[in-house]
Amino acid sequence: MAKLAPLGAVPLGDCAVYVEFSKTLDLEVNSAVQRLATMVHGRALPWVRDVVPALGGLAIHFDPDHKSLTTDALTAALNTVSECLKEGLPKVDAVLRTIEVPVCYEPEFAPDLAEVAAFAKVSTEEAVALHAGADYRVLMIGFAPGHAYMGGLNPKLSLPRRSSPRAIVPAGSVAIANDQTVVYPYAISGGWSIIGRTPLTVFDADRQEPSLFAAGDRVRFKPISRADFQKLVSR
Amino acid sequence: MTIHVLRPGLLMTVQDMGRHGHQHVGLCPGGAMDPLSLALANTLVGNYAGDAALELTVLGPDLEFERETLVALVGAEFEADIPLNRPVLVPRGAQVSISRAGRGARGYLAVAGGFNVDEVLGSRSTYLPGEFGGLEGRVLKRGDRLPLAEDATNLSRERFAALKNKDKRGTSVKWHVPAFTVPDREPIVLHAIEGEHFADFDANMQRVFFDTVWRVTSDSNRMGYRLAGPPLTRSKTEEILSGPTCLGSVQVPANGVPIALMADHQTTGGYPRIAEIASADVPRLAQIAPGGTVHFARTTLDLAAQLRKDARTRMENIMRGIAWEYGK
Repeated sequence: MAKLAPLGAVPLGDCAVYVEFSKTLDLEVNSAVQRLATMVHGRALPWVRDVVPALGGLAIHFDPDHKSLTTDALTAALNTVSECLKEGLPKVDAVLRTIEVPVCYEPEFAPDLAEVAAFAKVSTEEAVALHAGADYRVLMIGFAPGHAYMGGLNPKLSLPRRSSPRAIVPAGSVAIANDQTVVYPYAISGGWSIIGRTPLTVFDADRQEPSLFAAGDRVRFKPISRADFQKLVSR
Repeated sequence: MTIHVLRPGLLMTVQDMGRHGHQHVGLCPGGAMDPLSLALANTLVGNYAGDAALELTVLGPDLEFERETLVALVGAEFEADIPLNRPVLVPRGAQVSISRAGRGARGYLAVAGGFNVDEVLGSRSTYLPGEFGGLEGRVLKRGDRLPLAEDATNLSRERFAALKNKDKRGTSVKWHVPAFTVPDREPIVLHAIEGEHFADFDANMQRVFFDTVWRVTSDSNRMGYRLAGPPLTRSKTEEILSGPTCLGSVQVPANGVPIALMADHQTTGGYPRIAEIASADVPRLAQIAPGGTVHFARTTLDLAAQLRKDARTRMENIMRGIAWEYGK
């Protein structure tokens, strides 16, 4: 990528700043933002509370009155970003993780799979193959803890959100809408089409690493049987 | 030893200063809606400012104390059979009844030694959407027994003994601290800087935003406050890219009803952000109950910093006063 330059810095109140690189979803910018966030986070600055990569930029949350600050926090945050950009971002391969997510696509876990297949004009087996055959990348985590928006969905499966959202979508549900796929971390309401379920726990506050996914992760879905689903759930 | 919940009130949870450092995986810091009142309640009973306490909302609980316990209830003006905003030694076996909040919305009941629930990701705060932290990750209910520190009774006696100006009954003191986040009158003024998408609203809408007295709706909660008033319509029609949000961000969804993001807010959002509330004013907003009113005053980052500094100076002075009463 040629160069990454911020479009601007927007204060998110007096305790955070959003450094914006793109107002539209650009996959290269998105990947660069994630690596920049990793770099800023890696500096372990005592006045920085959170570094949050989003789709087109990153937020730096800070303690504006931290005693280690020698300038105002907003300036310090922007200086940190410019220093990191000047130093150069780490290569994609250096930070890439691949997460394999087992998914059971059987009808009891996939209430919308038949509809999705009809939309794509393929059989349900082919729809599963299309979903599980693609490489995904986590573009952003948001909406709920561990809730990862993943890009890379086959355009054939790219149907809009459902007109009426479901009140409760079971935890672990794998769903699609537009050009993205998600895995619901909790039983929450949702308007995406549900095509399967993973037995994995997406977010577990008691785990060493609570979130299964991080922004930038490469994700693959692996079809599993009912029996394997039950085995993995009980583990 | 424990405190027994006889009646839970409206929305009682265990809260401390929250968990920072997890917003990149979608977890907001959470914690007390009014951290200043939490800090005062803790300081009054000799705790660290950020220890875990009970957050009460609008309607308080009935509690039974197994042993003698030093407590302080700070924040909203609850009708209660203990005096507010000061340390109180509750005798063994006593029942404390806390009913409706006259002014304000949230109170913090701290006990000497704090509440002994497990830390999750470095905090004892209850995070309701994720069902973790606090007591089993949930709102407290009738029959719960809230665990206190093992030496809570000794701590309570020692600390109460150290206090200088006791009242005549010998169960509290002759002074109290000001719960300064609780409003004297409404609407309260919320200082706000322009949000990223402020310019997406035309001059008339911008004026409406700052001229309106907004009413906090009944579906407001720890995640966000919805503000009823004239609908705000954005001039631009194109969708905006989901971006990060912050405590105090004011979003405007398509229905035109602004939402001020509170402690348990989502970490990203796809709605335009018209304004960002100064951090010093967020605890004051947390003290507004549904039906209460607010209006926005345009401000700058410099003034937001000054408001923060004023609040800090005020807190430091009160804390110093409490320390003096404890003979420190």
